[in-house]
Amino acid sequence: MSSTQRLYNRRRFYNAATMVLSGLATAFGLFFLVWILFVTFSKGFDALGLHLFTQMTPPPGEETGGMLNALVGSLMMCLVAVLMAAPIGIAAGTYLAEYVNYHWIGETIRFVNDILLSAPSIVLGLFVFTLVVEPTGGFSGWAGAIALGFIVLPVVVRTTDEMIRLVPVQMREAALSLGIPQRKVNTQILYRAAFPGILTGILLSLARISGETAPLLFTALNNQYWNTDMSKPMASVPGVVFQFAMSPFEYWNKLAWAGALIVTLFVLLISVFARVVLARKK
Amino acid sequence: MANFHLNVPQTATVTSTTPVKLSARDLAFYYGDFKAIKELSLDVPENKVTALIGPSGCGKSTLLRIFNRIYSLYPKQRATGSVLLDGENIIDSNYPLNKLRSKVGMVFQKPVPFPMSIYDNIAYGIKHYQRLSRADMDVRVEQALRQGALWDEVKDKLKQSALGLSGGQQQRLCIARAIALQPEVILFDEPTSALDPIATGKIEQLISELKQQFSILIVTHNMQQAARVSDFTAFMYLGELVEHGSTETIFTKPTKKQTEDYITGRFG
Repeated sequence: MSSTQRLYNRRRFYNAATMVLSGLATAFGLFFLVWILFVTFSKGFDALGLHLFTQMTPPPGEETGGMLNALVGSLMMCLVAVLMAAPIGIAAGTYLAEYVNYHWIGETIRFVNDILLSAPSIVLGLFVFTLVVEPTGGFSGWAGAIALGFIVLPVVVRTTDEMIRLVPVQMREAALSLGIPQRKVNTQILYRAAFPGILTGILLSLARISGETAPLLFTALNNQYWNTDMSKPMASVPGVVFQFAMSPFEYWNKLAWAGALIVTLFVLLISVFARVVLARKK
Repeated sequence: MANFHLNVPQTATVTSTTPVKLSARDLAFYYGDFKAIKELSLDVPENKVTALIGPSGCGKSTLLRIFNRIYSLYPKQRATGSVLLDGENIIDSNYPLNKLRSKVGMVFQKPVPFPMSIYDNIAYGIKHYQRLSRADMDVRVEQALRQGALWDEVKDKLKQSALGLSGGQQQRLCIARAIALQPEVILFDEPTSALDPIATGKIEQLISELKQQFSILIVTHNMQQAARVSDFTAFMYLGELVEHGSTETIFTKPTKKQTEDYITGRFG
């Protein structure tokens, strides 16, 4: 066998081996993902029903009840978190991309932001506990929203920064060469060009916080009753799932599965929506 | 590559009776510590097309980018010397950027329409300088698109996104956008290098028409293009202005050896 032929055979072997190994790795990862989804869906669907959206969380031992208070609480805290953090994040991301892009200040802020991005959410919960809960003298929906906001913030900073930097440098220069000042170029050209990306970042951060439990334990706590007053303790879906799943009551366990399914579907919905927003750009 | 000794005086001014629009004097440019342009002087005559040619990295685009101070976006770039526009030094930071850019327009290598409608692409720049009624704005937009030789192709879809136009159309839109501000000088930075020959032909014809109204400076890698569209040509090499004169002279009887070598394709 000639040496070229040997070389060729060896490469074919390595190619095949690599394909098999990467295929196995993918299958291994997907297997558990599908398993998790399958269990969530099958157990969750059994407990699904209109009563989830019309009734409050039941006291122990009762065989009726839903989780309307938790759904509304989650929705309110998540929306307030996004409304508070997204504008700050967009402004900070713009500052990074447009004003200190190559500067050491920009690099430092990016580094710190990345740390915040990967900070354990329970740490953020503790932080807000000492920052808000202790001084105000009690758990509240506001404290929960602020804790969630600290999770949204670094995600939005990062995506805004990245998306604005993806806008071709010529587009900036073209706008500036018309004599348009930087602040107008930011809002009228760059935001327009980067809008789908920035919106996607916000949506994904919303998806992320909708399943967060740890930061809410110290901040919003929980609430068994109907409550839309954000200055009082507030229920959340992940919080209820946590509490009910660990309880000995069968009906509570069913509700926990239903809550897990609702959060999963919500995240799925947002992810699909984010994809649609991004696809429409092209 | 040949090793040239450039110890010739760097004041190549055009000896003609055409009035001068822009004039660079002892102009040098730095990217950080790197001196990309070594003191040069160049006159850009009014209502003529001046082409900047030279091999890649010779500083011709850098020179062009000085004339509307677009380089000032980047912290480590600076220019020394002077560039006079109607007698005022535009690279002096006291010269208002807004005024400079309303007088000196620029068209880039890649067509970059803004992510908005065709109409708004033109109206956007105008709105920044003038408050016009709807009807007046319509007139201005139409006028700019006609001057940009694009009107007939887009008049029925002014409200559509400019991103749907072809590359050649987008570039003419960018030219129309620059014209719409009624500048005095237009800088073209390799405006056809991303376009096919037909679109290139249209842009070249457009440039020849535009010189009646504007003073034009064009950077090009394509020597045939320089010969076709320009009245004057400046040849640059390694950050120096080697030779500058009427296009006819540069292309038929260049006085410097390097110019001749570049024109005849012996290097570059």
